Amino acid sequence: MVHASSLLELTEFGFYCRRGDFYIDPWQPVNKAVITHAHADHTIAGCKTYLVSKSGENILKTRLGDEIRVQSIPYGKGIQLNGVQISLHPAGHILGSAQVRVDHQGEVWVVSGDYKIEPDQTCAPFEPLRCHTFITESTFGLPIFRWQSQDEIFDDITCWWKTNRADGKTSILFAYALGKAQRIIAGLDASIGAILTHGAVENINRCYRESGIKLPNTQYVATIEDKKAFEGALVIAPPLADSPAWTKKFHAVSKAFASGWMQIRGNRRRRNVERGFVLSDHSDWKGLTDTIFETGAENVWVTHGYAAEMVRWLNEQGLNAKAIPTRYTGEIEDTDL
Amino acid sequence: MKLFARLYTALDETTRTNAKVDALVAYFQSAPPEDAIWAINFLIGRKPRQVVPTRKLREWAAELAGIPAWLFEASYDVVGDLAETISLVLPRGNASNDMPLHIWVEQHLLPLRSKKADTQRKEIDSAWNQMDRVQRFVWNKLITGAFRVGVSHKLVTRALAQFSGIEEPVIAHRLMGNWNPDSTYYHQILSPDTNDADISRPYPFFLAYPLDQDAEMLGNVTEWQAEWKWDGIRAQVIKRENQVFIWSRGEDLITAKFPELQRAAQKLPDGTVIDGEILPWKDDRPLHFAELQRRIGRKNITRKILETAPVVLMAYDLLECDGEDVRNNEMAWRDQRLANITAQISGGRIIHSPKVNTDSWKDLAKLKDGARNRGVEGLMLKRLSSPYGVGRKRGDWWKWKIDPLTVDAVLIYAQRGHGRRSGLYTDYTFAVWDHERLVPFAKAYSGLSNDEIRQVDRFIQRHTIERFGPVRSVKPQLVFEIAFEDIRKSPRHKSGVAVRFPRIARWRTDKKIEDADSLETIRALIHD
Ligand SMILES: [Zn+2]
Repeated sequence: MVHASSLLELTEFGFYCRRGDFYIDPWQPVNKAVITHAHADHTIAGCKTYLVSKSGENILKTRLGDEIRVQSIPYGKGIQLNGVQISLHPAGHILGSAQVRVDHQGEVWVVSGDYKIEPDQTCAPFEPLRCHTFITESTFGLPIFRWQSQDEIFDDITCWWKTNRADGKTSILFAYALGKAQRIIAGLDASIGAILTHGAVENINRCYRESGIKLPNTQYVATIEDKKAFEGALVIAPPLADSPAWTKKFHAVSKAFASGWMQIRGNRRRRNVERGFVLSDHSDWKGLTDTIFETGAENVWVTHGYAAEMVRWLNEQGLNAKAIPTRYTGEIEDTDL
Repeated sequence: MKLFARLYTALDETTRTNAKVDALVAYFQSAPPEDAIWAINFLIGRKPRQVVPTRKLREWAAELAGIPAWLFEASYDVVGDLAETISLVLPRGNASNDMPLHIWVEQHLLPLRSKKADTQRKEIDSAWNQMDRVQRFVWNKLITGAFRVGVSHKLVTRALAQFSGIEEPVIAHRLMGNWNPDSTYYHQILSPDTNDADISRPYPFFLAYPLDQDAEMLGNVTEWQAEWKWDGIRAQVIKRENQVFIWSRGEDLITAKFPELQRAAQKLPDGTVIDGEILPWKDDRPLHFAELQRRIGRKNITRKILETAPVVLMAYDLLECDGEDVRNNEMAWRDQRLANITAQISGGRIIHSPKVNTDSWKDLAKLKDGARNRGVEGLMLKRLSSPYGVGRKRGDWWKWKIDPLTVDAVLIYAQRGHGRRSGLYTDYTFAVWDHERLVPFAKAYSGLSNDEIRQVDRFIQRHTIERFGPVRSVKPQLVFEIAFEDIRKSPRHKSGVAVRFPRIARWRTDKKIEDADSLETIRALIHD
């Protein structure tokens, strides 16, 4: 598919660097995997060794088990593999998320992984990089996706919570358990009331705290015996928890969902939640396109999302872009949107 | 406009009826009468006609957003709603302005239509620039003539009743017909003097339960009246003080939608109320229900519609006779009176519902099962001694439906849904075997749970073979049981057959595509 002289090529196992003999976010177990971040669609179990950012090590182990063989390096520090230099740089997506910079005799490729430009209290800010070839995600690669500032969104969440609290309701906010949940918890005003968590979220919270990220106190729902405590509380849970079996323990509830997909009304209505908060750990259209231009790359490969549309647009802007098929097709339920 | 946009958001954010009514009441409490009357006007569906061609709007929006037309279209395909797509791509404006709704409507929206394109464009640019995203969305809905929000006429009526303390039927009466959306009329709607509304007041409908037991259990067949269960719009036709009012079961006044029926009902004696079914009807037969649906969707009843989809009233029951409430008389008595009344009305627009007489339940069941080609849904069973009750009650009235036909078919094309299901692949085309080939046979979208829809959507995304604009062909792998009411020969369709009301009965995860039905077996379902 890509000729052999290319520094990175797409194989049936994912992106591969032949010269350095390593894969980036492989789709199948391989010998050496460089991991951009620990979300399920970027991390596969069963690889012999993993290379990950220092701040991402804990999370990767939480996901894949303590027994995996991991090498972790601080952001910005390069290592050599058969004459190819690899370094990891903050992607601003979740704690430990990295862009992978691959440099061979001055030819530079960058694999973005998932990234966002907006600051996030729970992870290092995105670092713009220069490169010749940029491999970018495009989860929200259409001009309809344009994020409001997170301060406005947090105000909306706070206001919703306070209103529910005044009505004696439990506020249930569905958010992806790894990253989004912690970003929200860190941004909430904990003086309003108790912040409760679903088990999947609490696990990651522990991991974040161990990695030195400050989060307000949270309490795992299952440890609460007095149901009175649910009244007026805010519960953070992953989207998959939205089943009658799980929500029945709460008396009167108001449900909301935090995701970039909430930008589209139809998505919110389908989820059957009262509120949709447009909060994403991915870049919006402007974030993606600005970043692509900032890299100075002539070649842009686009994966994950609205690749066909972005590619056409980038080509019209004079870049040399092409769409790369992805194993995964983003979907609200099982990825980190 | 902010207040109205906020109301729109509140209505949009909930599916709970009570929350919607609360939002409406809150709006009426704070909106000035000049605005509130326009809100009522739009909410009950008296939306303005399209002011600007949508082609132009798309062009202007794409230009302002600085994106090529194709990218706008691709975005529209994902969002599934034009007004929303525009509101999402436009650059942020200066939304500090808060002009009241009635000023926007009266001074900007309504005059727009008669302006030249470049003036229209200037006006619309300037409007967009003064609004935030939600306001733009609502505004776009208004200028595209597509304003719709999930509230019925009835909910607005209920909210106004709650807000004013005036009975619902009185409000409904006042909302019908032609009125000017001005503050004078708003005060009239809320006026505590209710004499004006008495003559239009309908009775609550009596509804049948689906028969969930063996018909033999109902006792002696001679104690029952059987008639066809027609597939139209259940309605009450009222003639009092020389005026005609037609109410739908949803308690909407629909008189103006059926001028031919209104004329026919003028011939009824004063003080008559008939319960019946409005049916599209030609050459002594009902037309497809879709004809009626299409007609109802139209704002203006043109001569063409009156010719292609004329309606009749299939009269079921008599509720008021000579100005007296006769609902407590026996069914048999009421039916006899009804027969007398309808016999005097010439023109064939009001038909006394024919009775299906047999000596045994067995014969009746046979007639029911063979009734499909009559264009009916089954039979209605009513106890001859029954009064006309209120609401849905078990015991005296039953609907006895024909079982739907079903076929196992393979999903081969998918398209994104619009409206409520926008964004996901929810519109499907199904195929059956014609020897070695799969031929498209029906389109269907309803019948899956939200969870299943998401699963199928994911399958489609991962198994797309080809894209043709918004349509994707997908790997033939999923099998669904498709139910439908009727099947006819149709040279216009590739498969040579057309089905009525196809819908997904269930997802046959247990079946492989080899197990799907063939055209041959389907053709055998056609009865001539
Ligand atoms: Zn991710």
